[in-house]
Amino acid sequence: MIEAKRPKLELLSPAFIDKIVDEGFALLETHGIMVENAEALKLLGDAGARIDKSGPRAYPGRALVEACLATTPASIDLRDRTGARAYTVGGDEVHFDPGSAAVTMLDHATQAERRAATPDVVSFYRLVDTLDNFHFQSTGLIASDVPAAVTDAYRLYLGLILSEKPFVTGTFRVEGFAPMRDMLAAVRGGEDGLRRAPLAIFDACPSPPLKWSNLTAQSLIDAARAGLPSELIAMGMTGATSPATIAGTLVQIVAENLCGLVICQLARRGAPVIFGGSPSSFDMRKGTTPMGAIETMMIDAAYAQIAKSLKLPSHAYMALSDAKVNDPQAGFETALGAAIGALAGVNVISGPGMLDFESCQSLEKLVIDDGICAMVYRLLAGIAQRDEPIALGAFEGFKAGMSFLSHPHTRQWYRKEHLGAGLADRDPYDAWVAAGRTSIVDKAHGDVGRRLEKYAAPPLDAAVRKELDRIMAAYGRSAGVEALPLPKGF
Amino acid sequence: MTKSELFPKMSEAIVAGDREAAAALAGDAVRGGLDLLDVIERGYVPGMQKVGELWEQGEYFLPELISSAEAMKAAMAVIDPELQKRHLGSRMSGRVVIGTVEGDIHDIGKNLVASMLQAGGFEVHDLGADVKLERFIDKAEEVGAGMICLSALLTTTMTNQRRLIGMLDDRGLRAKYKVLVGGAPASRKWAEEIGADGYAENAVAAVKLAKDLAAAK
Repeated sequence: MIEAKRPKLELLSPAFIDKIVDEGFALLETHGIMVENAEALKLLGDAGARIDKSGPRAYPGRALVEACLATTPASIDLRDRTGARAYTVGGDEVHFDPGSAAVTMLDHATQAERRAATPDVVSFYRLVDTLDNFHFQSTGLIASDVPAAVTDAYRLYLGLILSEKPFVTGTFRVEGFAPMRDMLAAVRGGEDGLRRAPLAIFDACPSPPLKWSNLTAQSLIDAARAGLPSELIAMGMTGATSPATIAGTLVQIVAENLCGLVICQLARRGAPVIFGGSPSSFDMRKGTTPMGAIETMMIDAAYAQIAKSLKLPSHAYMALSDAKVNDPQAGFETALGAAIGALAGVNVISGPGMLDFESCQSLEKLVIDDGICAMVYRLLAGIAQRDEPIALGAFEGFKAGMSFLSHPHTRQWYRKEHLGAGLADRDPYDAWVAAGRTSIVDKAHGDVGRRLEKYAAPPLDAAVRKELDRIMAAYGRSAGVEALPLPKGF
Repeated sequence: MTKSELFPKMSEAIVAGDREAAAALAGDAVRGGLDLLDVIERGYVPGMQKVGELWEQGEYFLPELISSAEAMKAAMAVIDPELQKRHLGSRMSGRVVIGTVEGDIHDIGKNLVASMLQAGGFEVHDLGADVKLERFIDKAEEVGAGMICLSALLTTTMTNQRRLIGMLDDRGLRAKYKVLVGGAPASRKWAEEIGADGYAENAVAAVKLAKDLAAAK
C-alpha cells in the first residue's frame, strides 16, 4: 500500500534560508539588540556576549547562538490537564488554538464589538473545549470586569478549571508569572511534574525592531526555569518596524527570536523554545497590521521553514481575519491562513475565532473556523492507497446502470475519505430557500448555543481546585482585589 | 536662482520627499537674502499641499507622506534659526503637545501625526509613548501650548483620553486647551462623548483639523 504524502509548502530555497540566517547572525553580532532586563543582560554578558550598558545592548556572537541552538529541544510534548494525552509540538505536527488575548467580543445580537467580561470568558473556554480541531486552548479573551493588574492570571485560572486542553498563554506584567506557574504546578502536583509534562506555552514578544523589553525577557527567564515552553513572537511590521521586503523582515525575525532563544538557554539549558511570530504586512494607507494579507502569511510560512532548518518547533498567528464581522473576508482570510500555515508545517497556529487585527473574538467564528481546521487536517492527511488494487476490485461485476452508492467499497471507505459538510451550505437552491435562507453565521450561532448547552465540565480533583482558588485569591489580594466576579456556582 | 526658479524646486523637493534638496534650497534662500516667510508660504507650503492632495487621491501612501514631512522638517530646520536671527517672529501655526497615553506603547500613528503637524507649521512637543497623563498637562503648561493631542491604540487605554479631559477640568484648565484624540479605537462619536475638541482619522486630516481649530481661536 502506498502511504499518503504529506502535502507541503516551501517558499524558500535552502540557499536563501542560509543567507537569511547568516544575515540574522550578523545583525545580532554587529548591530546588537536592546535588552532592557538586567538579569537577561547579565546572563548574556556572562556567556561572553559583548554588552553595551548604555543601550543597554547585547551583541551575541554566532558561536554563542549556535551553542544555544544545540541545547534547544527540536520538539516539545505538551500534555493535557489529565496528563494522559500528549501533543507533540515539532516536526510537521499542526495544532490550532484560538487567537489569544482579545479585548473585545463580537456580540451576535448587535453585530458590534463590546468589552468582554467573566461570563464571556467562561463561554469562550467552554465552547473551545467542545471544538475538537482546536488541540489547545488559548487565554483568548481578557475580562474587563477585573482590574487590569490581575487579568493575566485570572484568565488562566478560569481556563484551567473549565477545560482539560493545554494552554497557550502569557503574562501582562512581571508579577503575573509566579501565580500562573503555581496554578499550572498545582494541576501537576508540583513544579517537577510541570517540568516533565508542560501544560502551557508562554508567549513573549520582542519589540520590533530588535528589542527585548523587561517584561518579555523576564517571562523568557521565568518560563525557562519552570520548564515551560516560551513561544517567541517576533512581530515586525514591514516598512514600519522592520524592513519593507519580506526577506528583510525574515532577517530581523531570525535575529530577534534567536536572541530570545539564547536568553532562554542561558536561564536554563535545554529550556523548550518555540520559534514563532505575529509579523504583518504593514498597511501603508491605514497604518494597520493586517493578519489577512497574503504577504503576512508568506512571512509566516517562510520563517516556519527557517525554524525547521534550525530544528526548532514553530508557531504563527494565522487562520484569523481583519474583518470586523463574520463576512466573506473573515472566511477567506481565515481559510487561506489555516491552509498555508498547515501546509508549511507550522506547529502551533494561533488565530481561530479572531477578527479585527487580533483584538476581537467571536464565538460564531470559532465554530466556523473549527470546520475550516477540520478541512485543513483532512488536506494534511493527504491521499493514501486504501485498496490493492486501487479500484479494479470495485469495478468487478460492475455493469452499466449500476452506481457505487450501495457498493460495499463505498460503505467501507466514504466516511474515512470524506469529511462531510459541517456548517457549510450544500443544499440545493430550493431547499436552501425553503429552510429560510439561513447564513452560516446564523447556523454557527445555533451551534454555539447547542454546544454550550451540552458542555460538561471535565472533572477536576477537589484539592487541586482548592489550591487554584487559593492562588488566585492571594494574587487578587496582592493587587488589591478582594472579590472576583465569578458566576454563581462556579 | 530667482524666486520664480527656486519656489517650484522647493515644492518639488517636498513632493519628492527629498530631504537633501529641500534643505539645500533653503540654504540658497537664506544666503540669497530672500524673504523667508515668503519662501515658506510660496515655496514649501504648496509642496505639502500637493502631498496632501496626492494622499487624498490615493496616489500617495504612508512612506511618501512621511518622507515629504521629513523633507519639510529638514527645510524648516535651516530656515527657523534664520527667522529668529532676523527677529521675524515665528512662522508657527501653534504649539502642540502630543503623545500616546499611558499603558499604551503604540507610537507609529502618533509619530505620523507629529511629523505631519510639524510639517504643517506647528511647534510639536512629542512626549513619546506610554505617557503619564499629568505629563501632558505639565508640558502644555510649561511650553504654553494651545493644543493637546492624545493617541491610543487600544480600547483598554483609550479611556485615558477621557481621563485627561477630566483632569483638565479638575485643574480648571479645560478652556485653555484644545484636546484632539486619535488612534484605531477612537472615533468622532467617541470624541463627542468624552467632550474632546476634535478627532481625526488620519495624519492628513489631523493637520487640517488642527489648523481649523488654531484659526478659530
